[in-house]
Amino acid sequence: MNYNWNWHIFFEPNPTGAGTYLDMLVAGLLLTIQTALLAWVIALIFGTIIGILRSLPSRTASWIGFGYVEFFRNMPLLVQLFLWFFVLPELLPRGAGLWLKQIPNAPFWTAAIGVGLFMSARVAVQLAAGIASLPRGQKNAATALGLTTAQGYRYVLLPMAFRIIMPPLTSEFLNTVKNTSVAITIGLIELTGQARAMQEFSFQVFEAFTAATVMYLAINIVVVTGMRFLERSLAIPGYITGK
Amino acid sequence: MIEISHVNKWYGPSFQVLKDCTTSVAKGEVVVVCGPSGSGKSTLIKCVNALEPFQEGQIILDGIKVNDPKTDLPKLRARVGMVFQHFELFPHLRIIENLCLAQEKVLGRSHDEAMAKGDKLLDRVGLKAHATKYPAELSGGQQQRVAIARALAMDPIAMLFDEPTSALDPEMISEVLDVMVDLAHEGMTMMVVTHEMGFASKVAHRVIFMDKGEIVEDALKTDFFGSPRSERAQKFLSKILSH
Repeated sequence: MNYNWNWHIFFEPNPTGAGTYLDMLVAGLLLTIQTALLAWVIALIFGTIIGILRSLPSRTASWIGFGYVEFFRNMPLLVQLFLWFFVLPELLPRGAGLWLKQIPNAPFWTAAIGVGLFMSARVAVQLAAGIASLPRGQKNAATALGLTTAQGYRYVLLPMAFRIIMPPLTSEFLNTVKNTSVAITIGLIELTGQARAMQEFSFQVFEAFTAATVMYLAINIVVVTGMRFLERSLAIPGYITGK
Repeated sequence: MIEISHVNKWYGPSFQVLKDCTTSVAKGEVVVVCGPSGSGKSTLIKCVNALEPFQEGQIILDGIKVNDPKTDLPKLRARVGMVFQHFELFPHLRIIENLCLAQEKVLGRSHDEAMAKGDKLLDRVGLKAHATKYPAELSGGQQQRVAIARALAMDPIAMLFDEPTSALDPEMISEVLDVMVDLAHEGMTMMVVTHEMGFASKVAHRVIFMDKGEIVEDALKTDFFGSPRSERAQKFLSKILSH
């Protein structure tokens, strides 16, 4: 292979005139982190709501939950982002469509919401499974004490269900981070986007993507460590894994 | 206090679990419900606080119709204590928090008030020293005593016990029964599903024998143990008293 390695490339000025190539990658890294965090918050909020709906005895509620989950998890993320970014503005009434197209940072918001909704379907399935794994008597006990359904979820079922699904939830958080890279296709210059830009300007493809890989790895190590810490601090003395 | 009249309940279109059940529990009365497994006794007691819905008949609790759609069920349930076979303490809450949750969220008591009440009741069931532990750190008998204290913290007008000792090791049964006997002596209205015939003969006023969803025998304690009228009750008694 005739490749000219150059690890110093990161400290050379980039062609945009604003700083080095490393600065480019760091800007991408920050954008990836922002997108992932916002997407994760959206995934948790919508996933919780839909997960609860799926666990309710009401037929209507579980049908809504079922429809939502199947819609968002049966379409490739890439297609979903295209739908939100390119198709939705055309489907809306002209005024609303134009307004959508003119939102500043549209790729960022589309990516965060799109990835967030995509991931929320997965969070919902896991939460519903977590709730279903609790003994049925827990709900009965909450009900018998006079707690309303909402109070029963808030104080009894959800605190346990979230503890139980913490390990798979960690994986979903990691997936959220990685999935933000798909947003490159709607023009979000996040970490993968910046790595590709660097490669195109400098032809140092291996250095660029090695650096991007290390950065993704670093984010995810932080996520894994943080989640493990959270898991440990929420562990219940004497209870299953809580020993 | 509890009036059950002509209650019929089906699971699905054809399986009838309760057949024309009629009985009552007067204020201060202790009624033991026994019968072979699958006879519907647990289902019947769960109908009293509407944990289980039923299709026909009516149950009136302290003058309020349980199966009236207009009844504020959470409010009604808060006034009746229930103790379950598998304790159903909330595992993520400390013992004292288990006792305070519904007092604060349902009855609207202040935290201090709830804590004071909880402390007093833990002392009463002999578990004050365990107030800050988690349920999983306690033995089964201790957990069940906490569950009784949790129900009593709501100042119930009646107590329902659904096989409170069936999940316990033999040496822990008596510590739970002792608490229940004390309660009975204090004049608490109690409906108890149990196989503990010793408890029944000690404190029950009446014994109800159920089989295949029907109330086969509803008799004063002395009559029931002295000379059960139905053949099925005689058979049941001879089986469980033979060892």
